[in-house]
Amino acid sequence: MSIKVQNISKSYKNLKAVDSVSFEVKKGELFGLIGPDGAGKTTLFRILTTLLIADEGSAAIMGFDVVRDYKSIRSAVGYMPGKFSLYQDLTVEENLTFFATLFGTTIAENYELIKDIYIQIEPFKNRRAGALSGGMKQKLALCCALIHAPKVLFLDEPTTGVDPISRKEFWEMLKRLQQQDITILVSTPYMDEASLCDRIALIQHGVVLKIDSPENIIKNYDKTIYDVATKNTHSLIHDLKNYPSQYSVYAFGEFVHYTDQENNFDRKELEKYLKDKNHTDIKIKQAQIAIEDVFMDL
Amino acid sequence: MEKEKIITVKNLTKKFGDFTAVEAISFDVYKGEIFGFLGANGAGKTTAMKMLIGISNPTSGEANVAGFDVQSNSEMVKKNIGYMSQKFSMYDDLTVKENIVFFGGIYGLSRAEIKIKTAALVAELQIEDIINSLVGSLPLGWKQKLSFSVALLHEPKIVFLDEPTGGVDPITRRQFWEMIYTQAYKGTTIFVTTHYMDEAEYCDRVSIMVAGKIEALDTPKKLKEQFKVDSMNDVFLKLARNIE
Repeated sequence: MSIKVQNISKSYKNLKAVDSVSFEVKKGELFGLIGPDGAGKTTLFRILTTLLIADEGSAAIMGFDVVRDYKSIRSAVGYMPGKFSLYQDLTVEENLTFFATLFGTTIAENYELIKDIYIQIEPFKNRRAGALSGGMKQKLALCCALIHAPKVLFLDEPTTGVDPISRKEFWEMLKRLQQQDITILVSTPYMDEASLCDRIALIQHGVVLKIDSPENIIKNYDKTIYDVATKNTHSLIHDLKNYPSQYSVYAFGEFVHYTDQENNFDRKELEKYLKDKNHTDIKIKQAQIAIEDVFMDL
Repeated sequence: MEKEKIITVKNLTKKFGDFTAVEAISFDVYKGEIFGFLGANGAGKTTAMKMLIGISNPTSGEANVAGFDVQSNSEMVKKNIGYMSQKFSMYDDLTVKENIVFFGGIYGLSRAEIKIKTAALVAELQIEDIINSLVGSLPLGWKQKLSFSVALLHEPKIVFLDEPTGGVDPITRRQFWEMIYTQAYKGTTIFVTTHYMDEAEYCDRVSIMVAGKIEALDTPKKLKEQFKVDSMNDVFLKLARNIE
């Protein structure tokens, strides 16, 4: 096991940020912690990277205990915090050299590992980190976290606030790193990124709600969801919520995701109901279930 | 067409030295519309938005917001718009009530008006329990819903929302959009940026900025037809690929 977390809890005053969380990440696995702001993801990352001590429970990284063996862990893992924390006044190259030196290595020694990513920001290597765009900052931060060739990589919300293109590129980079046998623990509030992980833990209010592969989580979801669309989405949501047998109604991109309480749900009846409410262009079809649907039902 | 224009933008441009952050963008936004303003990081969205809310002067071109020119009449623009973002919403170390009173005051409401507005807000959002809690102690989703309401206190014609739902949990994110729909239905124009492409689908029309220019502007349905793809995410990827 690369990462082993057992009954970890942490409170800040009255707030239980992490509540008895347990999970394991295998060597070479890409494991996602999926949950919104305030779920406890960052607290967990700080505990696993030895920057914070848990109130209860234990955790080990590559067999090293996070409290007792913190020094061994610090030199063996890479950590990219959620908040951009490189030196804004140093250039791209200076930042990278600085982190290499801290870990007693050089850029040249581990260049192969970061080459793919660094090549994209190398044209700007003399630019100050503070003057980079969001996507480039993120690439530099990843290079700095990788420069000492860590065995385990911790990435805390690397794609938050980043546009869909940069997000897509970032996940492609992670997949390539994974092929080099690096274990990756990544957190994200974007539910659509869950499907890119080998396994995920859904987390909210400090509690892990589910752990499995994204495929299994979707396969094991026992309700049928329908895509519903009409010309007026706003009144559609309102009317669906007043449909007697509704279980849940959530806007979902182009469609509204509708779930009924009854197993023998008849879409013809719903169609008639919507017609009576003066809806036009009514479409009802079975929907593809997404991780976000499962999350909202937990 | 009886559609009333509430924002008109003509060749709006902003340069920083040699760098053109916003390059001659032109578009109109109609009253009561939910207008999605999308683009990659660094595409110029924030710069454009700053000009529209009257806090940054254009290098050239013009924009009229809520009936006022953003350059010559920026104070009137500010009085007639609401603004909220993820980064700045309300003061964490003031209570919910104190924030409402403070922002009501900033927007020039009288004490009596603030009292009425506060009562209405408490009833609408069902927040009796937390009205005297510090904003800093509330979950992010609550903060965002509250700050949206606070941005509407002075009944602006337009409200600008800069990534209002970043990091918010999926259920609250949807409740937030229901608030947006309700407000648009009442005639308030919504100008919103987001990185969630499912939210782009909720907009009446969407513009996509790439490297300082508006490269596409239409309803989500027509954009998907135009680019022959199934989702706004794919429209975005097709348009903005290979930039940066």
